Amino acid sequence: MADLITSPHVGTTASKPAREVDYIEATKGIWSWMSTVDHKRLGLMYLWAIIANFILGGVFALLVRITLLTGNHGDSYFISAELYNRFFTMHGIIMVFLVIIPSVPAALGNFLLPLMLGAKDVAFPRLNLASFWIYITGLLMAAGAMFFGMVDTGWTFYTPYSSTTSGPVSLMALAAFTLGFSSIFTGINFVATVHKLRAPGMTWFEMPLFVWGIYATALIQVLATPVVGITLALLTIERAWGIGVFDASKGGDPVLFQHFFWFYSHPAVYIMILPGMAIISEIIPTFSQKTMFGYKAIGFSSVAIALIGFLVWGHHMFPSGQSQLASLVFSFLTFLVAIPSGIKVFNWLATMWRGNISLDTPMVWAVNFLLLFTIGGLTGIFLGALSVDIHLHDTYFVIAHFHYVMMGGTITAFIGGVHYWWPKMYGRMYNEKVAKVAAVLYFIGFNVLFLSQFVMGSNGMPRRYYNYLPEFQVWHITSTVGSWIIGVGLFLALFNLIASLRKPKDAPDNPWKGTTLEWQTQSPPIEHNFHEQPVLTRAPYDYRTPVSMERDLH
Amino acid sequence: MLPDQGSQHARNVDLLFMALFWLNVFFFVLVAGLTFYCVWAFKRREGVKTPHTTHNLALELIWSIVPTIIVIGIFFWGAAGFLESSVAPGDSMEIQVTAKKWNWTFTLPDGSIWGKRINIPVNKNVKFVLTSNDVLHDFYVPTMRVKHDVIPNRYTEVWFKAEKVGEYHVACAEYCGKSHSDMWAKINVVSQEDFDKWLVNGPPEWDTMKPEELGKIAYEAYGCVTCHSVDGAKNTGPSWKGLYGRTEKFSDGTSIVADEAYIQESINYPGKRVVAGYENQMPNFEGQIKPKLFTGLVAYIKSLK
Repeated sequence: MADLITSPHVGTTASKPAREVDYIEATKGIWSWMSTVDHKRLGLMYLWAIIANFILGGVFALLVRITLLTGNHGDSYFISAELYNRFFTMHGIIMVFLVIIPSVPAALGNFLLPLMLGAKDVAFPRLNLASFWIYITGLLMAAGAMFFGMVDTGWTFYTPYSSTTSGPVSLMALAAFTLGFSSIFTGINFVATVHKLRAPGMTWFEMPLFVWGIYATALIQVLATPVVGITLALLTIERAWGIGVFDASKGGDPVLFQHFFWFYSHPAVYIMILPGMAIISEIIPTFSQKTMFGYKAIGFSSVAIALIGFLVWGHHMFPSGQSQLASLVFSFLTFLVAIPSGIKVFNWLATMWRGNISLDTPMVWAVNFLLLFTIGGLTGIFLGALSVDIHLHDTYFVIAHFHYVMMGGTITAFIGGVHYWWPKMYGRMYNEKVAKVAAVLYFIGFNVLFLSQFVMGSNGMPRRYYNYLPEFQVWHITSTVGSWIIGVGLFLALFNLIASLRKPKDAPDNPWKGTTLEWQTQSPPIEHNFHEQPVLTRAPYDYRTPVSMERDLH
Repeated sequence: MLPDQGSQHARNVDLLFMALFWLNVFFFVLVAGLTFYCVWAFKRREGVKTPHTTHNLALELIWSIVPTIIVIGIFFWGAAGFLESSVAPGDSMEIQVTAKKWNWTFTLPDGSIWGKRINIPVNKNVKFVLTSNDVLHDFYVPTMRVKHDVIPNRYTEVWFKAEKVGEYHVACAEYCGKSHSDMWAKINVVSQEDFDKWLVNGPPEWDTMKPEELGKIAYEAYGCVTCHSVDGAKNTGPSWKGLYGRTEKFSDGTSIVADEAYIQESINYPGKRVVAGYENQMPNFEGQIKPKLFTGLVAYIKSLK
């Protein structure tokens, strides 16, 4: 049966094994979900929590953009300056701490890691459940802080503004602190899972590249997150008891806060982008039906990014008063960390070269990723170059750059990944046409939204501005229109996925002819993933022998 | 794409900026071109067997080493410009800048203190020594391509040599709360003679202006505008509309009819009597406002009926 070659859209029922009760139907009732230790169910619950938070963070983004339709708000404008400051802060906090950081690892990583390794579950299933409920606790704390009037510190919580401003800053900081523990627990779990639960015969270099990416991410999560935890705890202590750590008026050092904060938050940028790259490394070979070019280069570059990524935090602080020597060193290392990312892009292109490419929805999102991430990466060169950064620092150029990386990179890859593994998660195919229209709308909206911000930034428009000079208005309006287009695209994609849930579970087990182990089980998988311990018969991305749309392991 | 160039440094920065811009364009076209070419040329066909190419050492070395050399070159280029803009020449004229939510105060070498608008001489190295009285701010002059955070309890600096006469915008580029985006200043670059005259007399047009008009300038220059409205709207401080002659109630329960003496006192020592319903956020201005402007300010408040 391994010799079937069919178009991915035409399923075959020949020698299809009988479908068994899947993990979604295995047990019933809310409690069976709330207390589940099944990594797949936890992955799904994370997925929906993240989608809900993404919508909330997106609404704040739309409100920010609506406020900026004009740059000359009188005193009676319906969105006041105080409210605007809260909007962009909430947008940042929600998107960073509640959406992007957990998006790929917690949702897709949880669902896929054991499946890809041929394991029954993660190494510590109950720790995994604890991690989910800690995430929910952090989410409720953040919701509480929103309920008590939101905060206006910016997502970076820079001192001494954050030590002195009113509002539930401590609660919000503790929410991020709590979410950090969820991230650490997930990281520990994944590291242990990768080390101990690989299928017999699967060496490190036969792991799917998604696993490499998640592994590198997990290392950073475990090593870096405690630093931001203690930093936010110190901030809370300063606010609660007036102990001067960061507040200059109490003898503290505000720049120290920035060092602590970015020591975590720069590696966190890689917590956000590495999993996105990992998804693209799965989608591209599958839809090109071709072996991954430079497997080891991609795997190693993930680890290299993770390690060098710890040594570049000072590039957020070139004009902050750190020593010039430090700025020189950080600038140099920043350029070095760019190289592995560039190598990955070239490897993906080389994989597509002479492939057999099908532009199904996940591949369209991968193309979106390639284009947007390339812009994000290349514009980073401006910001790494010291003299140019001094001009662009804290302007819209930076905003546009990191949205191209975080949203154009990670979120784009995440949406692509959700479309790629949706048939595995729910056993259903979505409407391909609608999904592609959504992807194209997203791409157009994205560039309208953020290219205009590059123009504003290089012209000197500072970030976090409520009022601005009249010459920027045309660009702000363009940007806001872009935010509406992208909003429509995203809602269409979400609506399309939800609509597919009404259909019968008729997706093939391996609709895209993937080569990794998650496709070698039923869609959706049974509760224990595989009937018997899978043994690796094919290295990942090895297309020398044809791949079938049905699993060949029973 | 970039603001006006106000200095040699601005031109240097722009040269690198444009070099990077074209480098970006080149690599983006390369990546996007290859992507679309692959999608188009290697479109899915039945029965095609793809080559099993796992790696290609020569190719991989090229695309690792060439970008590394390019970025190291960019590093040195950027670092050179950065160092040049970090260290002010020894002969620079020094201006002390104090930032406070949401105002800039400039102290010139002669000791005079100015608000939002100052003059500096053209073709002269000018160093701004920055410090903050509260939170972080950032002194950003886009036309000069310079920027530095302003930090409480610490002195940082920014310098430039303006080449052209004209008015240049200073923006606060580090988020500092409610009126962050209104925390701007104007640097007026003038000839050395005009600068010397300005230091003594203020700008020439002051001589012919009415006191109320001078007061309006002071209202903006010293940042009164940030907290006091002139249209009756409530802000951080009481509105000036109808202030003169009004009976003000204070937080200690006393009250007074606002006259010149009271207005003068409130500017010099705002903490002495605080209007009920407000908190005192205002610094003492005693001795900081040029006499001509001070008289004007009182006249201006009186004129707001």
